Amino acid sequence: MDQELKIELSKHGIFTTTFEELYNWGRKNSVWPLTFGLACCAIEMIATTMARYDLARFGAEVFRASPRQADLMIVSGTVTKKMAPQVVRLYNQMPEPKYVIAMGACAISGGPFRDGYNVLKGIDRYIPVDVHIPGCPPRPEALMHAFITLQKKIDAQQLTGEERPRHLKANEPSEFPVPEFGEHGLEPAQNPDVFHPLRILGQ
Amino acid sequence: MTQAISVEEIKAAMEAAVPGCRAEILRNESPSAQHSLLIDHEHAVNVAAFLRDDMALRLDFCSCVSGVDWPDREITEKVKVKKTVTTPEGEAQEQDVEETRKTMIPGFLEAVYHLFSIEKKHGPVVLRMRTVNRGGDARLPSLTPVWRSAEFQEREAFDLYGIVFEGHPDLRRILMWEGFADYPMRKDYVPPAEDDVEAVAK
Repeated sequence: MDQELKIELSKHGIFTTTFEELYNWGRKNSVWPLTFGLACCAIEMIATTMARYDLARFGAEVFRASPRQADLMIVSGTVTKKMAPQVVRLYNQMPEPKYVIAMGACAISGGPFRDGYNVLKGIDRYIPVDVHIPGCPPRPEALMHAFITLQKKIDAQQLTGEERPRHLKANEPSEFPVPEFGEHGLEPAQNPDVFHPLRILGQ
Repeated sequence: MTQAISVEEIKAAMEAAVPGCRAEILRNESPSAQHSLLIDHEHAVNVAAFLRDDMALRLDFCSCVSGVDWPDREITEKVKVKKTVTTPEGEAQEQDVEETRKTMIPGFLEAVYHLFSIEKKHGPVVLRMRTVNRGGDARLPSLTPVWRSAEFQEREAFDLYGIVFEGHPDLRRILMWEGFADYPMRKDYVPPAEDDVEAVAK
């Protein structure tokens, strides 16, 4: 709808909107995160929800203890290889539309434990991540920034057309394969449909 | 806490109480001077029980069990050898020749136990045991029957170093999963390569 016309109409006391705007407005202001923390980043996440930083101002005040009721997975902390299948399984159990914030150096890349035998080198190897936050751990402001970034992303989503998000495409997956414990590590080491290696231009 | 009783005294008491036990003092020359006692496999459980129950020692608390990996190492020494050398003039002459000799020291795995006495307020007494090799014979007697607190830590040493503790009540992997084949804290462990960077031609 034409923005100028909309503003003109609102001056005359007529409120106009589209279904898409209303839908996204409702969704972006009631994102319910899943209650779970993996490591020290979880402490910052908890602090973000408490009175001083108060994530509730953005509509994310209810952390749901069941993946069936959650919209957002905040992967807050080191994902060990032993924990990764459970994280992916929790993500699979969340209903669409669902979003993921990878919080902190460990969740995005393995962080200081990257070369360890026991740590996953980033949760984006198995599930699609919407917002990555660097930091060790990121401050509550950084988590709020990531949350607002996610809200902007939700607000810009189209309900129809080729640009519509994954959950509105019938043939796109909603569940992702859960890695299994192998003899030397997780199998497979990454999901090629989700994870794309960093491409470096060589000679 | 101070070490009230010296390792020499402990060694003497140990050898008197457990006939046939072989103990060796491994000296620590650093300022901490925490000398340790290397004990043999056959008498380890008896020695441990003695250390726990002896009225003078009363080492009732095993605070820490650690694994150590000692890989095979090669020592290069320069040795002076007398050799008969024929000079250009055709005379046989005895000369000092420097020769480098390489000696291979086979590797082993080691378990280190730190013992304290809560009752007598002394410690630590450091106990060590060494396996025959790093391969199939990486076995040690378990001291869990003597100190219950060793149970999980011996499991951890089994999990990460592959030391098999004989007599352990429940020897399973504790940090890694069942079915994991490697021992990741060994020096020669190489984690599986993961291609997260892809080189692309320009």
